[in-house]
Amino acid sequence: MSEILRFENVTLRYHSDNGETIAVENLSFELQSGEFVAIVGPSGCGKTTVLSLAAGLLPPSEGKVSFFGKSFGYMLQRDELFPWRTIEKNLFLPLEIKKLLNEETKGRALSLAEKYGLGEFLHRYPDQLSGGMRQRAALIRTLAADPDLLLLDEPFSALDYQTRLSVCDDVYRIIESEGKTALLVTHDLSEAISLADRIFVLSKRPAKLLSVHTLDFEETEPLKRRNAHGFSAVFESLWKELNV
Amino acid sequence: MNYSQEHLLYLKKQKRQSIFIHCMRIGVLVLLLGIWELAADLELVNPFITSSPSRIVLCIVDLFRNGSLLFHIWTTLWETLLGFFLAVLIGFVLALFLWWSDGFRKIAEPYIVVLNALPKIALGPLIIIWCGTGSKAIVLMTILVSLIVATLNLLNGFLATDRGKIRLLESMGAGQLQILVKLVLPSSLPSILSMLKICVGMAWIGSIMGEYIVSKAGLGYLIVYGGQVFKLDLVMSATVILCILAGVMYGVISLIEKRVVKHKA
Repeated sequence: MSEILRFENVTLRYHSDNGETIAVENLSFELQSGEFVAIVGPSGCGKTTVLSLAAGLLPPSEGKVSFFGKSFGYMLQRDELFPWRTIEKNLFLPLEIKKLLNEETKGRALSLAEKYGLGEFLHRYPDQLSGGMRQRAALIRTLAADPDLLLLDEPFSALDYQTRLSVCDDVYRIIESEGKTALLVTHDLSEAISLADRIFVLSKRPAKLLSVHTLDFEETEPLKRRNAHGFSAVFESLWKELNV
Repeated sequence: MNYSQEHLLYLKKQKRQSIFIHCMRIGVLVLLLGIWELAADLELVNPFITSSPSRIVLCIVDLFRNGSLLFHIWTTLWETLLGFFLAVLIGFVLALFLWWSDGFRKIAEPYIVVLNALPKIALGPLIIIWCGTGSKAIVLMTILVSLIVATLNLLNGFLATDRGKIRLLESMGAGQLQILVKLVLPSSLPSILSMLKICVGMAWIGSIMGEYIVSKAGLGYLIVYGGQVFKLDLVMSATVILCILAGVMYGVISLIEKRVVKHKA
């Protein structure tokens, strides 16, 4: 295992006419490649800011963010598929933006789509797909440019409960079999426990690292984990930490 | 496809309703024209002042026979179309600049607000002095009337681009040009088309207004001339032709809209 992402004493301040807000304070952690890490915290605590920092969309006010991988893929709450493009053209989007579009990369994106059940939808438009299918397409789009780190910003929160469980299972399976590293931000504790190898607990704003939980369930698939022995114990301890 | 009896009934009802609406639309027109004609024929109103449908038809046929009808229509039509296309083109470029640079947008804002509020007809004398009394002045008036509206509508469309999608592209490392080409322009297509629809109306206002101020030909000229010599038939005929032309132009854009905007979010 090698290190892929490192935060060293990262602080971020937002500035506006009404003053400044400290969103993240003195945050340090590192991610090993192949890990699935979930960040939980009360809503509005700056979880998304952490992802923006990791993605380099925001420069830190203090401290240092180091990324040792080749590239990352960012998956958002909503699928953000472009409605005027077919699913196929949506999958090619990151390749177009990164100017990597060629027969080889196209082929890889298409074989991913085929492998994970999007094959028959390639020439459909997003409005012809169900919410779960759309989110799956969004994940394949994220994977199309072959990133080694996935940043997942509450990717299931816009889905209804039923779809959410199955998409969550899907996403885990796909990320696992593609051997990607993932950093997931969520406010749903059971989602975090069912997916992650490690969980970082953030405090209320300004976000500080409260604790790190290492999970070692025998079960790996999210749905099975939810029934695993020990699941509720972890849930309870996270719950308590977040409600002090 | 096998539908239930209930659904077939529903479809039938829908179809009947749509036929009814269309019939009523035509019916209202026929009724109004009938009342107008009758009132004029029976001299319940003075046809010299109100004209009448039959007099309008005669007047149009007359104009057509002496060859001036197509000339006047053509004059106004090309002035309107040229002004329309120039306004849309310049408005598009302006809106792009305003979208591109926040600083530029903030600096330009008060000027745009004032220009938007200014009644363009106030510029009439200036336009005549600068451009003379030919078609140039009328095209310029058309541009002035449509330009700011076109620019603002387009800009609002550009600025309404979904934040999440911008963030997505940024996370892929897209620059502003890529965001513009891949996202902002395609997602603004509906607002581009609604801008075109609004501008059709504005362009006609501009060209007719221009012809009111200065002109030797065109439908606006016919209306003003008809009013001055008290030939209300002429005024009404030109107005009817204007209605038809504006309607057709609007219809063309609606048709384009239907073909282009298929997949909404």
